[in-house]
Amino acid sequence: MGAALPVVRALREFLPERAILHEEEDTRPYECDGLTAYRQLPMVVALPETEEQVRRVLQACSSLKIPVVPRGAGTGLSGGALPPGDGVLLSMAKFMRVLRIDPLARVAVVQPGVRNAVVSELAAPFGLYYAPDPSSQIACTIGGNVSENSGGVHCLKYGLTLHNVLGVRGFTIDGEPLQLGGEAPDSPGYDLLALAVGSEGMLFVVTEVTLKLLPTPQCARVIMASFDDVEKAGAAVADVIAAGIVPAGLEMMDRPATHAVEQFVRAGYDLEAAAILLCESDGTPEEVEDEIARMQTLLTRAGATRMTVSRDEAERLRFWSGRKAAFPAVGRISPDYYCMDGTIPRKRLGEVLRFIAALEKKYGLRCPNVFHAGDGNLHPLILFDANNSDELHRTELFAAEVLEKCVEVGGTITGEHGVGVEKINQMCVQFRPPELELFHAVKRAFDPKGLLNPGKAVPTLARCAEYGRMRVHGGQLPHPELPRF
Amino acid sequence: MIESFAERIREAAARRRPLRLRGGGTKDFYGDALRGDVLDVGGHAGIVAYEPTELVVTARGGTRMNDLESALSENNQILAFEPPHFGPDATLGGCVAAGLSGPRRASAGALRDFVLGVKLIDGRGQALSFGGQVMKNVAGYDVSRLVAGSLGTLGLIAEVSLKLAPKPHGETTLRLEAQQARALELMNRWAGQPLPVSATAWHDGELTVRLSGSAAGVTAAAARIGGAARDEQFWNSIREQSDAFFSGPEPLWRLSVPSTSPPLELQGRQLIEWGGALRWLKSSENPKAVRDAAKRCKGHATLFRAADKTAGCFSPLEPALARVHRELKSAFDPAGIFNPGRMYPEA
Repeated sequence: MGAALPVVRALREFLPERAILHEEEDTRPYECDGLTAYRQLPMVVALPETEEQVRRVLQACSSLKIPVVPRGAGTGLSGGALPPGDGVLLSMAKFMRVLRIDPLARVAVVQPGVRNAVVSELAAPFGLYYAPDPSSQIACTIGGNVSENSGGVHCLKYGLTLHNVLGVRGFTIDGEPLQLGGEAPDSPGYDLLALAVGSEGMLFVVTEVTLKLLPTPQCARVIMASFDDVEKAGAAVADVIAAGIVPAGLEMMDRPATHAVEQFVRAGYDLEAAAILLCESDGTPEEVEDEIARMQTLLTRAGATRMTVSRDEAERLRFWSGRKAAFPAVGRISPDYYCMDGTIPRKRLGEVLRFIAALEKKYGLRCPNVFHAGDGNLHPLILFDANNSDELHRTELFAAEVLEKCVEVGGTITGEHGVGVEKINQMCVQFRPPELELFHAVKRAFDPKGLLNPGKAVPTLARCAEYGRMRVHGGQLPHPELPRF
Repeated sequence: MIESFAERIREAAARRRPLRLRGGGTKDFYGDALRGDVLDVGGHAGIVAYEPTELVVTARGGTRMNDLESALSENNQILAFEPPHFGPDATLGGCVAAGLSGPRRASAGALRDFVLGVKLIDGRGQALSFGGQVMKNVAGYDVSRLVAGSLGTLGLIAEVSLKLAPKPHGETTLRLEAQQARALELMNRWAGQPLPVSATAWHDGELTVRLSGSAAGVTAAAARIGGAARDEQFWNSIREQSDAFFSGPEPLWRLSVPSTSPPLELQGRQLIEWGGALRWLKSSENPKAVRDAAKRCKGHATLFRAADKTAGCFSPLEPALARVHRELKSAFDPAGIFNPGRMYPEA
């Protein structure tokens, strides 16, 4: 049946048959990304291999006025790559080539389907690496990282994707080529590269990315520090920053999270502690020795009950392995989990954690916490069973309350996972109608027909009005003082 | 004060009368036409929130940079991108609008990398808020960073939140002799090694390098690099363009190029910064020759200071980009009243 679709006929003019999927058995694997609660079979999946094919896919969809959703590895956690039921899912999976590594200029030019971890592996012989390291780095692609402005555990010191992408090349929905940024430090005109990074595939489709490589630090060591109280651990983080230290990594996990992880990876975490901190220092041996000593002093003064400093690279990686495996570990102790991604000013941590603890009781659901403590990015993980519709419903209410709390304390609903379809209602809480209108206008500047990843990331005002009414009628409105619409 | 700015903007929009948004006026020399009635933002000043342990400051657009930086200094913190002031009246809003960074750019990042949020009054007189006071925030398009470097053409910058950095514990500046090609090679090689190089500059056979970081790390790196000690004030004279290189009647060009670009064969004097990526040119060379030279290296050339700007300050945009610029400009400023023509005729 799918073969008769006009779009399939159009794609066949320039794509080989194997690059066009439209039978359910072939399209089923693309029905969701890492946010599996939302599923939709795409009408068609296109798997182009060349930039020219991408251009023609976009032109074909533009002239037929059907939506296009770009997709990398599908590891995204906010449903940004949820397919269009009435359009084309544009898989960039075949764009897997690293085109160039220039060790003197410290850049890598890669296709968007290249996996994040591959860049550092290929740069390693030159003593260089690519800094952003989202936990999914062995699977997630650079194109996806650009879409979501992905972070990682080292972004306090080394920045997000935004800070490590020098340029992108791609096409508008009408097939017009665009080059934003490049190897020079800036470009004339508006900083469209900043706008493009984190735009969730809504503005144009990226076909090539120029990345900044950094010299691999000569050495790195991590302190694992235990605290008998989560708020003390939070205060310790503030003390480290106040002392003028920017650690290479600064992560916190609470006891439920360390217990889940320890069963899974045996990272050697202190299971007695209410919270543990991982504080990493990197640089020259002189710098690391100096910084580790200063951090140990500060952590002791802040009430650390136990501290272990990694003795070698194997131990350092083992300490990190638990943190990086936190999500899959939680996946083992619960049929399903729902990962949140709010960011808060660090000084409000205690208040937000108490709020979450109260919600665990209110909704009867457990919620371990992992936390990019250095930059205030929280990942509470609500444990639930999707087969129990009431649990799923309670989870959604729980998550909405947490995200709205993040906004209330001066933070944001998403630090690095993106809005996608998942947090689109909370966008109505974070932004007012004039700001949302401007976001829509920004999209129109690139995509006047609204065909690229439509309905994601930025809610319509009608949707916000509906959300506002629903929350008021449900008696759930947590912050009546906030403006609603 | 926001409301009176908004009122003034709504009136100007209704009458389609251009407004020239102005902080301290220290960067009036930068960009193309200065058109419209001056809307002085300098009175809208003051730090709104500063929590050193959060590494974030929020201040009003008219805040004097000197005031802001001294408040940070009291807490041993800095703006890592070292923005040039070009005068004691420089304001935060003006610095963000100009989007310029100083000597630490190659190692620490550009101004736009540190912008976390802005409050903006758009061309309809609406007060809008983008980004926030936290370091990681991917909700909505990154409008705050789009505003950085937009030369006031998108809106009035009422408030800005910036990420801060701790002041380095140790800092030392060294001077080596090197011809241009050798200096470019050294700058690029150093940047690829785990060395705490925080600034580089080359001019007339002399390569200057600054090391910043822990005292132990700086001492070890200084021993590796060699050279003779030089006064730290040198960096201020480069950042503020008070160094003798920048004087003289010839136009000053700013060429932004990949750091490994070979020495540019252009007449006039050159000073190189940012590990080779920023080339200052004092020259009466034909503008087309300068722009072509930059373009050959995949960079671009800006006529930074000149009496005659008929060549246009900024490199022209490709048609697709020019269209996006026009659309964005009209999204923010439908009546086209903010600093019209300061960047491009279409923005």
